[in-house]
Amino acid sequence: MTPAIAPIGIGPYLFVSAALLVLGVFGIFLNRKNVIILLMSMELILLSANLNLVAFSSAHGDLSGQVMVLFVLTIAAAEAAIGLAIVTVYFRNRGSIQVEDVTMMKG
Amino acid sequence: MMAQLVFYVFATVLLFSAVMVISARNPVHSVLFLILAFFNAAGLFLVAGAEFLAMLLVIVYVGAVAVLFLFVVMMLDIDFSSLREGFQKHAPLGVCVGGVLFAELLMAFSNWKMAPANIVAPLNPVPQLTNTEALGTVIYTHYVFLFQACGIVLLVAMIGAIVLTLRERATGRRQNIDKQHARTVEETLELVQLPLGENVFESGGFLRPKGSYYETAVPGSYGSGNQAVAETEENRP
Repeated sequence: MTPAIAPIGIGPYLFVSAALLVLGVFGIFLNRKNVIILLMSMELILLSANLNLVAFSSAHGDLSGQVMVLFVLTIAAAEAAIGLAIVTVYFRNRGSIQVEDVTMMKG
Repeated sequence: MMAQLVFYVFATVLLFSAVMVISARNPVHSVLFLILAFFNAAGLFLVAGAEFLAMLLVIVYVGAVAVLFLFVVMMLDIDFSSLREGFQKHAPLGVCVGGVLFAELLMAFSNWKMAPANIVAPLNPVPQLTNTEALGTVIYTHYVFLFQACGIVLLVAMIGAIVLTLRERATGRRQNIDKQHARTVEETLELVQLPLGENVFESGGFLRPKGSYYETAVPGSYGSGNQAVAETEENRP
């Protein structure tokens, strides 16, 4: 049985996924102050990982890659929930979400 | 040919919306482009034959995570223009790191092979199985502990988010359990003899415990004596 990815090949998938990862990293550099956009960039990075896993899973006929995508999705959802909760609490305490002056803990 | 066309449409829109996510001026637009990106990634999943994950992406990401982002962005009253001050300053460094990363990824992908013996769970063990069924047979057998770990992660995230955002407000009345248990019928209830044709309001109302209603309330919670203090939230230290 030929994999569903066969007419496209794995190369374009890897290219798109690499570009998505680079865009996510670039977004982290670009929006250093806005922590919400930082979280969104992290979501993009995790999405690129998912894309890679699905592409490899399809190309090699191994279903375990898709199980890993499930796990990554869980982690991403949990991370977004916790991150946004922290942002909300921080905004409640400080009245801004400037992550550059997070020095309350003197870390 | 059709699959290629669909793939390139989805990939183009995905990358475009990713660019817009990180560069949009308004964070609400960023979130909306994030939703578009997730939709197109789901399309790419479909092209690759992962139907269940595509639907999961739409449900979990678009239905929950992106809406959560949208909710937070709209709820917080933030001056977003001040958050864009370092935009130009960090861009060259970001371009350098991104370029190096991209080049390295392409180099890695171009010289890479997978050993064919490493396949753990064949994609289609029984030909009649749909993708969802095949995934289910693998998740609940081979990866059952991973699945349980997913549940624990979600539980921890849920508890963590609740603990982080829970505010102690004096809106609920909590009982002091010891005091409540030590109450007796005599000091709590009162039998009122009503004359014929009278209503209960003249004799002080009814269904009302004797003495203070708020004796058993925990100090600080609603209805614990000094209600005026408890109800104004500004009195928190």
